[in-house]
Amino acid sequence: AYRTDEGQPWVLPVVKKVEQLIANDNSLNHEYLPILGLPEFRANASRIALGDDSPAIKENRVGSVQSLGGTGALRIGAEFLRRWYNGNNNTATPVYVSTPSWENHNSVFMDAGFKDIRTYHYWDAAKRGLDLQGLLNDMENAPESSIFILHACAHNPTGTDPSPEQWKQIAAVMKRRSLFPFFDSAYQGFASGSLDKDAWAVRFFVSEGFELFCAQSFSKNFGLYNERVGNLTVVGKDADNVQRVLSQMEKIVRTTWSNPPSQGARIVATTLSSPQLFDEWYGNVKTMADRVLLMRSELRSRLEALGTPGTWNHITEQIGMFSFTGLNPKQVEYMIKEKHIYLMASGRINMCGLTTKNLDYVAKSIHEAVTKIK
Amino acid sequence: SSWWSHVEMGPPDPILGVTEAFKRDTNSKKMNLGVGAYRDDNGKPYVLNCVRKAEAMIASKKMDKEYLPIGGLADFTRASAELALGENSEVIKSGRYVTVQGISGTGSLRIGANFLQRFFKPSRDVYLPKPSWGNHTPIFRDAGMQLQAYRYYDPKTCSLDFSGAMDDISKIPEKSIILLHACAHNPTGVDPRQEQWREMAATVKKRNLLVYFDMAYQGFASGDINRDAWAVRHFIEQGINIVLSQSFAKNMGLYGERAGAFTVICKDAEEAKRVESQLKILIRPMYSNPPMNGARIASMILNTPDLRKEWLMEVKGMADRIINMRNQLVSNLKKEGSSHNWQHITDQIGMFCFTGLKPDQVERLMKEFSIYMTKDGRISVAGVSSGNVGYLAHAIHQVTK
Repeated sequence: AYRTDEGQPWVLPVVKKVEQLIANDNSLNHEYLPILGLPEFRANASRIALGDDSPAIKENRVGSVQSLGGTGALRIGAEFLRRWYNGNNNTATPVYVSTPSWENHNSVFMDAGFKDIRTYHYWDAAKRGLDLQGLLNDMENAPESSIFILHACAHNPTGTDPSPEQWKQIAAVMKRRSLFPFFDSAYQGFASGSLDKDAWAVRFFVSEGFELFCAQSFSKNFGLYNERVGNLTVVGKDADNVQRVLSQMEKIVRTTWSNPPSQGARIVATTLSSPQLFDEWYGNVKTMADRVLLMRSELRSRLEALGTPGTWNHITEQIGMFSFTGLNPKQVEYMIKEKHIYLMASGRINMCGLTTKNLDYVAKSIHEAVTKIK
Repeated sequence: SSWWSHVEMGPPDPILGVTEAFKRDTNSKKMNLGVGAYRDDNGKPYVLNCVRKAEAMIASKKMDKEYLPIGGLADFTRASAELALGENSEVIKSGRYVTVQGISGTGSLRIGANFLQRFFKPSRDVYLPKPSWGNHTPIFRDAGMQLQAYRYYDPKTCSLDFSGAMDDISKIPEKSIILLHACAHNPTGVDPRQEQWREMAATVKKRNLLVYFDMAYQGFASGDINRDAWAVRHFIEQGINIVLSQSFAKNMGLYGERAGAFTVICKDAEEAKRVESQLKILIRPMYSNPPMNGARIASMILNTPDLRKEWLMEVKGMADRIINMRNQLVSNLKKEGSSHNWQHITDQIGMFCFTGLKPDQVERLMKEFSIYMTKDGRISVAGVSSGNVGYLAHAIHQVTK
């Protein structure tokens, strides 16, 4: 979760404002939402992902399912695919998850009933970047119709995203091999500070004519973690297909949670549908993204100034909440035991944990770990 | 071509269909008796005062929005368990239970269904009363369980077919799962009397069945939370380690906030810890962790003495209004001159009432009087008010005389 420079959780000012508006609105009650969710939320959420001028929206071939966070959106999408994709109830369809990935991806698809969950190459530890060739090879060799879980931006946990050029190569292979793109978009806006930039990959795939799913989370970019605000965006070939898909999604939702929670969706819908509040929100998002970007550049410059062995440009080239530092498990152990700095054994750090007060200490500690421990 | 060309259009939701037809109707006297949510005597949704107060208190605390634990808000789950089992329950005192927050009743049922599918080895069979809430069957089916039934409702008397139920239940294969509605049976409104519950508990115990209670109306049925939980508590006292799903949609009017809980009563606290760990493993790939708002409101109410007191009065108020409408409907039918026995309307309890009306009579009510209900003759008494109960009685008399 995001932290301020004081190391505190941050409720976005626009969220506080909108919650007050909601609280003061006596016309509102706690009645059930429709099964697929709050209509104003669904439309706005998909519009954010696909862009105001999305051809898919104009052509009325976009569907949305309000879900319990990004996880809920992934799960509804996975349950639908297991029932209806690649034949009926084809649990043998391979599902590819990046190495590494958010560890819950595996569980979501497994619990949805898929029997064949595989990995695709992603992180190149040697060069501390994207193993594009490995990734593309895996796609070339994947059975046709395989499902690929793609991180829309700010790959979790590596922070390493394909460049636009690399995305184009990925899309070309996926099109040729008839692979299904299931995007996980948990950090739109939060990664670069720009909604459009962070949605570039999803929108490119749409423009290339793909049918796809995009699981969206508003936990980070709205700071609404515990309200469980998510959306599954469905892009199909035409309105008729999308309508039938949504009708089946309704059946899945009905036996999972019946209808989604109201509060978080109201906050997001109110914010996104008001030009003024939208601008305020954008400003809040940029505040968070900018702080993380600042911490990245400050950490890198300190390491370079200290002359810490190795290259540290990956710290600023990576994006989002997490960074794969490149520290090995022994060096991580040193950081934890000797310096009381907590990070994952993979060397992943949460950039949100950095503050202006602890930057020097963290940089020095990394320097010590790298020079003392091989 | 599309990946989805072969995807069939899902069947339209029958209850939704009722509401859609109602919305299209221009008759000023129209009544929507399909609605599954409480309405006040003006036919409006009712936000409880204790809910508004709890919301104001929560707002003033300026809390953050950090993720809840996977199992939910601890103050909420603890209070939910105490509400169902009673504060002095030996189960609560010994800690031999686990309660996780669920997405209202449906989500709690689903967690339970998935848990049973994964960990209940003896049987795949879940026995539902005939009839049961329409969503029970697909929930258990999607979780990978099989559905069976036991006799419950007697359409001839519009009441409980107790001998049929006991006959069927006594023949259920040992170690099957039986689902029971704790109170205010949905859709019939027919609940067993206490001595009937006692017999059922004895038989269920003898057959060594796993008991799954669905309690969606505690407090909302009789107006008394302890009375409505009597069956649940009785079974536990008889040494039956039940599993239980609770909803706060109706009794706190928190419908869209999705506040619910799933409880497993265990052998001991150590077993409860193991069960809890597995429930979390089930929940995480579903939605990671539950929504805060509804649970926070419910917790504030249950754990703040003044608010709790106010809540108990308000839930009794809702229950009383419904009971009052039942009484008025019957007395109005008598006034209309109906010769039929309408006692079942006041014998039944909770939001719903199986009127005994036939499909063709339901059709006439819709076409001639703009009164909407589901084809099985079920009405939501919550949709009846003192302003329209006379009209309803008149219409029912016209189609049944």
